[in-house]
Amino acid sequence: MSVIVLAEHENGSFKKKTFEAVQYAKGIADAMGTTATAVVLGTADNAAMQELGAYGASKVLNVADARLNTLSASAYTKAIATAAEKEGAKVIIALNDVTGKAVAPRVAARLKAGLVAGAVAQPDMSNGFTVKKIVFSGKAFANVTINSDIKVVTLMPNTFAVAKGEGNAAVEALDVAFDDKDFSIEVKEVEVMTGEVPLAEAELVVSGGRGMKGPENWGPLEELAKELGATLACSRPVADSHWRPHHEHVGQTGGTIRPNLYIAVGISGAIQHLAGVNGSKVIVVINKDPEAPFFKAADYGVVGDQAEVLPRLIEAVKKFKAS
Amino acid sequence: MKILVCISQVPDTTTKIAFSDDNKQFKTDGVTWILNPYDEWYALVRALELKEAGTASAVHLVTVGEQSAEPVIRKALALGGDEAIRINTASSDPYVVAAQIAAYAKSEGYDLVLCGKESIDYNNAAVGPMLAEMLDMHYIGFASKLDVADGKATVDREVEGGHVTNSASLPLVISCQKGMAEQRIPNMRGIMAARTKPLKVVEPADVQSLTEISSYELPPAKGSVKLIDPENMDELVSLLHNEAKVI
Ligand SMILES: Cc1cc2nc3c(=O)[nH]c(=O)nc-3n(C[C@H](O)[C@H](O)[C@H](O)COP(=O)(O)OP(=O)(O)OC[C@H]3O[C@@H](n4cnc5c(N)ncnc54)[C@H](O)[C@@H]3O)c2cc1C
Ligand SMILES: Nc1ncnc2c1ncn2[C@@H]1O[C@H](COP(=O)(O)O)[C@@H](O)[C@H]1O
Repeated sequence: MSVIVLAEHENGSFKKKTFEAVQYAKGIADAMGTTATAVVLGTADNAAMQELGAYGASKVLNVADARLNTLSASAYTKAIATAAEKEGAKVIIALNDVTGKAVAPRVAARLKAGLVAGAVAQPDMSNGFTVKKIVFSGKAFANVTINSDIKVVTLMPNTFAVAKGEGNAAVEALDVAFDDKDFSIEVKEVEVMTGEVPLAEAELVVSGGRGMKGPENWGPLEELAKELGATLACSRPVADSHWRPHHEHVGQTGGTIRPNLYIAVGISGAIQHLAGVNGSKVIVVINKDPEAPFFKAADYGVVGDQAEVLPRLIEAVKKFKAS
Repeated sequence: MKILVCISQVPDTTTKIAFSDDNKQFKTDGVTWILNPYDEWYALVRALELKEAGTASAVHLVTVGEQSAEPVIRKALALGGDEAIRINTASSDPYVVAAQIAAYAKSEGYDLVLCGKESIDYNNAAVGPMLAEMLDMHYIGFASKLDVADGKATVDREVEGGHVTNSASLPLVISCQKGMAEQRIPNMRGIMAARTKPLKVVEPADVQSLTEISSYELPPAKGSVKLIDPENMDELVSLLHNEAKVI
């Protein structure tokens, strides 16, 4: 019996969200009196795989097949199911991100395992296995009890702070019998921005709404984001008007995010917008209308014109960084 | 080419979410029900476009829901689509929903199964990939563009920080999101036509639920906002550093 966790990597190296998932799996394994095994699909650096031990993985099972370096949901499903069987896994953890969302439900269906997608807390195992997850796009939570023998849980990225401990994981090779059909989806083109933290993983987010007045005014928001090391987001009308790219759109019909800090500039705070961002730990609202509904959901508020407030805020951040 | 579009009924996006006193039930009184936006605006409209272009021969709609879901499925029929299937059960467990659709779809020979990227009530993004597993098809998630020619689909899908273009042979299950199509408003002719289109009610297959919702919670209420003098952004930065400890 063990807990297994899909340890996603990018060109062989691991990012914070993976450490978070491994740590989450370790917490569950501890509570169950067992160990956590990380599953690494594709080719990764050996030292980097061993380092997953510092986040709680006792063992790493690596399927070192280069065809797994890009996502194939069916091949990944087969590999995880093979690992789960080998380990006698009772709990399978993945992230609630693009990869995890494509793979975890398939794994659940294959193993007839109940799924909780988008967990935001450690499971409560005092009476069964109950996990708190986001529902209604962030307007509420549900405590979902899984009744099946095997359980699959995907974790919302950015839910827990990551603490690096000691130890190296033992890396073992895992053989999986793939069919050619598992890789029959062709990749024609990949266009991924590098050097930017994707919105779903960002700890700091700077977001603009219609109060920015037009795409030509995004310079100060970009500068503020750069100074803070933050990722940019926007409200839906901003993306609909093509002021900003669609992947920056957050809210009920956009991304659901949980950064440590969300700075909303010129956004009114409609219920559909709040749904996607109210899991942020700290919210700062800058809006010229003191009656804007967003102030009710904010920790810190600045009533003022963004055109005047933003340059002052950028100066203040620069001063703080220099001190 | 036959397309199946999976349609879910969800509370309108402006709904203020509330629960029964024991937090076990979602309060549905006064709730307006809508088609899940991703299913309506993207999956359904793209399926209709493919039919209008002559690429698809039939567009079927399926919902797993009780009789109360019929107005929403009629609206979907008013937008277009040849026939609808309602599988007569309701569940919050994506496994049950997927298994019900799979049980029906297995023998129908669909070449393309389209669903939304997620339902805005349960946010599982799970029914699509589960269905793909049950029907032994490939799954491509979060598609923002879909073209079909010569039995092959070309799909743009969102990944963190960018997009990937895939090409794959049918049959496929694809989940759809923004970019795929433009929202349509049903017109009078569509609404009239929908009244006489077939809406088949199918009794559910025997499927065990693997999960259940034990209770709901609302997010903790925020304390009152701390207002900062717009002239004094040093104070905001200092509060974010010293008090909130986020920078
Ligand atoms: C089905 C559905 C789904 C939706 N999903 C989403 C979603 O996912 N995400 C989303 O964001 N919205 C969503 N919406 C839209 C939502 O209802 C709001 O219309 C939208 O969030 C408003 O965007 P906004 O705050 O940028 O613009 P507005 O509501 O126009 O607000 C602009 C704000 O800027 C302020 N402002 C103006 N000038 C200045 C200035 N110079 N300085 C400072 N402040 C200024 C104003 O006081 C105002 O509060 C959805 C709507 C529907 C019907
Ligand atoms: N009850 C249902 N009936 C039919 N299709 C559904 C149902 N629930 C979800 N779906 C489909 O599955 C997609 C993902 O839903 P979910 O897994 O609940 O996030 C939705 O966008 C729908 O296309």
